[in-house]
Amino acid sequence: MCGIIGVIDRSKERMDGQAIRSALSMMDERGSGEGAGYVAYGAFPEFADYYAIHVFFDAIHETKAAVDEELSKWGTIVHEEEIPTFEQPNIRKIHTPWRYFFQPDARLMPRSTTPEDDIVMHVVMKVNTSIPGALVYASGKNIAIFKASGWPEEVADFYRIQDYKGYIWLGHNRYPTNTPGWWGGAHPFNLLHWSVVHNGEITSYGTNRRYIESYGYRCSMFTDTEVVAYLFDLLVRRHHLAPELAVRALAPPFWDEIDRMPGREAHLNRAIRLTYGPALMNGPFAIVVANPDAIVGFTDRIKLRPLVTGTMGPRLYISSEEAAIRVMEPDVGDIIMPRAGEPVIGRVYT
Amino acid sequence: MSSQWGPDAVMDRVRIDAAGMHYTPLNRAIRSAVEEGAREIEIYHVMGQRFIADGLKGDVTLIIHGVPGGDLGMFMSGPTAIVHGNCDHAPGNTMDSGLIVIHGSAGDAVAHSMRGGKVFVRDSIGYRGGIHMKQYRDKCPILVVGGSFRAFLGEYMAGGLILALGPPTNSPIRERGIGSGIHGGRIIIRGDVDDEYLGVGATKSPLSRGEKEEISPLIQEFASCFRIDPDVLLEDSYVQIRPSSSRPFASKYTWE
Repeated sequence: MCGIIGVIDRSKERMDGQAIRSALSMMDERGSGEGAGYVAYGAFPEFADYYAIHVFFDAIHETKAAVDEELSKWGTIVHEEEIPTFEQPNIRKIHTPWRYFFQPDARLMPRSTTPEDDIVMHVVMKVNTSIPGALVYASGKNIAIFKASGWPEEVADFYRIQDYKGYIWLGHNRYPTNTPGWWGGAHPFNLLHWSVVHNGEITSYGTNRRYIESYGYRCSMFTDTEVVAYLFDLLVRRHHLAPELAVRALAPPFWDEIDRMPGREAHLNRAIRLTYGPALMNGPFAIVVANPDAIVGFTDRIKLRPLVTGTMGPRLYISSEEAAIRVMEPDVGDIIMPRAGEPVIGRVYT
Repeated sequence: MSSQWGPDAVMDRVRIDAAGMHYTPLNRAIRSAVEEGAREIEIYHVMGQRFIADGLKGDVTLIIHGVPGGDLGMFMSGPTAIVHGNCDHAPGNTMDSGLIVIHGSAGDAVAHSMRGGKVFVRDSIGYRGGIHMKQYRDKCPILVVGGSFRAFLGEYMAGGLILALGPPTNSPIRERGIGSGIHGGRIIIRGDVDDEYLGVGATKSPLSRGEKEEISPLIQEFASCFRIDPDVLLEDSYVQIRPSSSRPFASKYTWE
């Protein structure tokens, strides 16, 4: 099942985490207490220019040195700290959450057009596949992720998300079905500037995973949502597709619909389906994706999971349930259920 | 010896403030009010509580203010639920008898597996409205929608009636899979639907004058519920979608 909610303030006014905590808790029935999480964009203004690398450490005294060494090989650790947590009765702190603010050395990847991003992606994949007991679960600039095994309100209180502010927030309440609940399997999933929350299942995970791994990504979190973050990174950051077209690749129209489209549109949609066939996601899903400029919500092509949107002034809300949006914004307007496969996009004002 | 404002009348009418209340105590409060003889229960500040009035029996009217969560009136048998707000998924799920009136819109799978009674939605509904509605002898569930519907209306429908009154002129229907897998019951749609939007096993025919007369009391009941003018609805033409044969999927599941 799972419950999702996201909000963007397009004027970039920052909100604290109190309201999204209440909204996600209202959807407790959509989860099982085995995973919840939040992401805030704009959370670290004092370190906004550095990559905020978040790591879950097991037995930190044994594992951290290897991560420090890997980071130091590729750049400078500008600041680091244990992420403050506050004991909750039902959350067992089995990992130590840590954050580094990291400046990659662009000279070390001279052939890349985006050397800093590529270095960070390399470090994330390297740590997650070769350093046991360390899992990088966030790596973007000015992006904070808070996740653990527990109910939405417990996880929020564990990190005291009311003490953080962001102009974009996403929240997720997990009901794990195919893989066990664990901290790394809680949403949001993040890579670089992308964060994803997802309700449903990606039944095409095997195909998608083989495809994305051929581009150097490594899936290490035992759950399908991970591929969505990597697919967005590949299609939008590296292939420069507009988010609308990226969604078209992941949840394309049916062939019979394409056949009925006018010439140019049919041509474009056919090209996307043929080019990105292995990126097509099957199964039931409702997804909200964020990057620093926008949030995008969309569902699978036959609408097997719910998604509702609403607006209030500069704010766009996307959620599994209208009531959750109304918890955050009682007077929200324009309540809409987007059509299957059609993206709803809220961009920051430029 | 009870007047409208006498003590009995006060007992008859109960108010519940549901602000911050979980659905379990809310349903408990509704049930105990019904047991104590309440005829009308007005519930305020409803915000996402699921399962309201599930399995509820009796001659009682619930007036719900707010946005109830999923599965409103599931297995409900007898009561009337009037919602002033939008509903989430599957109001009327497997409902047995009674009436749900929604002054707003509703989410996906409205009237899911419904087996009796009526669900009236003033505005639009999401995907898979009336999925797997069924009927048996005198039990014939009815879903009426005043606005638009989305794809897979009446999916796997086994019985009952879906009546879609959305105005045909503003936006032609572009929803795929209407009646996909239908093997019983009827879907009646105001205006027309292109054949390409019919689901597997569904077939379309115009609604005859006689058949239209049969549904005109239903149209009038719906119109009076929401205080809209029934005349335009009664004058327009309709099509009906039914199973293409008595057992359209016989060859799929059996070998004879």
